[in-house]
Amino acid sequence: MADNAVRSVDIAIPAAQKAAGFRLSNRHREWIAGYLFVAPDALGLLIFVGAPMILSLSLGFFSVSGFGAYSFVGLDNYRRMLGDPLFWQSLRVTILYVVLLVPALYASGLGLALLIQNDTRFNGFVRTLLFMPQTVSLVVVALVWQVLLIDKIGLLNRLTGWIGLGAYSWLGDPRFALIAVVVISVWFLMGFYMLIFLGGLQDIPREYYEAAKIDGAGPAASFYLITLPLLRPTSFFVLLVSTVTAVCGSQTFDLVYVMTRGGPANTTSLAIFYVYQQAFLFNEYGYAAAMASVLVVVLMLITVLMFMLTRGGRFTYE
Amino acid sequence: MSETAAVERQIDLAALRPARIILHLAGLILAFMAVAPLFWMLSMSFKGANEVFGVNLIPDRPTLDNFIYVFTQVDFLRYLWNSFFVAAMVTIIALFFHSMAGYALARLRFPGRDVIFLTMFATFLISQPVIIVPLFILARALHLLDSYAGLIIPSIFNAFGIFLLRQFYLAVPRELEEAAVIDGAGYFRVYWSIILPLSRPILSALAILFFLANWNSFLWPLTITSDQNLWMVQVAIASFRQQYNASWNYIMAASTVVALPTVFMFVIFQKRIIESIKTSGIK
Repeated sequence: MADNAVRSVDIAIPAAQKAAGFRLSNRHREWIAGYLFVAPDALGLLIFVGAPMILSLSLGFFSVSGFGAYSFVGLDNYRRMLGDPLFWQSLRVTILYVVLLVPALYASGLGLALLIQNDTRFNGFVRTLLFMPQTVSLVVVALVWQVLLIDKIGLLNRLTGWIGLGAYSWLGDPRFALIAVVVISVWFLMGFYMLIFLGGLQDIPREYYEAAKIDGAGPAASFYLITLPLLRPTSFFVLLVSTVTAVCGSQTFDLVYVMTRGGPANTTSLAIFYVYQQAFLFNEYGYAAAMASVLVVVLMLITVLMFMLTRGGRFTYE
Repeated sequence: MSETAAVERQIDLAALRPARIILHLAGLILAFMAVAPLFWMLSMSFKGANEVFGVNLIPDRPTLDNFIYVFTQVDFLRYLWNSFFVAAMVTIIALFFHSMAGYALARLRFPGRDVIFLTMFATFLISQPVIIVPLFILARALHLLDSYAGLIIPSIFNAFGIFLLRQFYLAVPRELEEAAVIDGAGYFRVYWSIILPLSRPILSALAILFFLANWNSFLWPLTITSDQNLWMVQVAIASFRQQYNASWNYIMAASTVVALPTVFMFVIFQKRIIESIKTSGIK
């Protein structure tokens, strides 16, 4: 940005000479153009993202009826939250989901990227197939996996029965349902993180590896001493985005909504799904907003953390 | 896995044969696992009701009945059209708005520019499920429920597109627009006849990504439409599933129809999509 400023001075001079005396008005023209160009997106984001965000923090203090009548109830919604076992359950499920999903996505994304990082035709083909699930909607993904995991006659149960493990109700058994959602999430998302890691790996200069090899470093050493440290910005981005996805990504919502509806025994009732249920099935908009505001606070904390760590969203480390 | 990949890089080709074969095999198996469920969906959509749960991938008696059912017994064409229309509108409007904003934020100098950019960027991590309740209430207050406008307008604005376009414009050489500015062209002229044509590659990549995302979106259309005539196709198949509980052959046929356009788009434009995602992470 500093660089731009310097260059802009260079061009300002001939322009100023030509328009002798109109320098100020030219500058103002640029201001106006800038604001007009930014306005549609700025207003849109303000109305459809910013305002809901602020609203969600205040809506929690109201009771909202289905017809849109509001009454101030103070901390009632928050008090109710504390005593709501299903709210606590949804938080537990969310935390468990994050703890299982984020490392799995990191490992699978990085592993796949390392496996196929050389630009050969074969790897290009494998890359394409690995990314393919990403192009399908999560509703379709959920439906397909529901069929594959269906009780007794589903393909997976045929396979486990065939190798002698017996059949299970994968999505109907509280022991397995969340694991199944995690596995399906990994299946769906790993291609995306693989590509992000491939982008990061590309930026590591080859010479580093050659130098390490000459110095006698083995593959493990060069992985720990070169690849991992130089992938830090990428790793950071991946961990951040996958955490946000796990806490409140719409992908997760779609999966749970179509496949399990939070069941069995609320073992897949993620916080975002519980919020949706309270709002749109039970018309408890105020209560739902109060719960969502907890997630908003968590998100804001993550965002602030990201800003501090990346100096304002520029993912570069000098 | 990481170790073996590093090995591949470091040992001479001749010494590497067996390792390379194992790596290729692993890659193939993983790739197969990634697409197998989709092939299974395709297979089931051509099976009759009595063999739909058979373990054969190739149907014994392939049939088009499921597809015929989906298109004749349900208003499926309408749902497909709704999705196409909404996704296309969002994509076109979003590309205009984002390229304008990206251009201004990268190129024009005006007070508050960096603050505006950072504020926009801060919305990057706010996902829809978190703000769905107030967003719904807001949309209701603006009379956007059960309307195309309600499906389209709130989906246009996202920080990701602005961010990527700004990055792109920061890297475009300045000389091109400077000449035009000195010649007295207005900023909109510069944007329209210099900046937009220059950004064709990134705009086409983003167009594909936006279209895919909106074709596949579920939560917002589910929340804002109760009128069946406005259902987008994802909402339609999710409720299809509830109506035809055990008729998995119909459900898989519908899913195949819904998935095919995006899978085809991906296969055709894969190079562009993969490159743009690879570079979107950092930089």
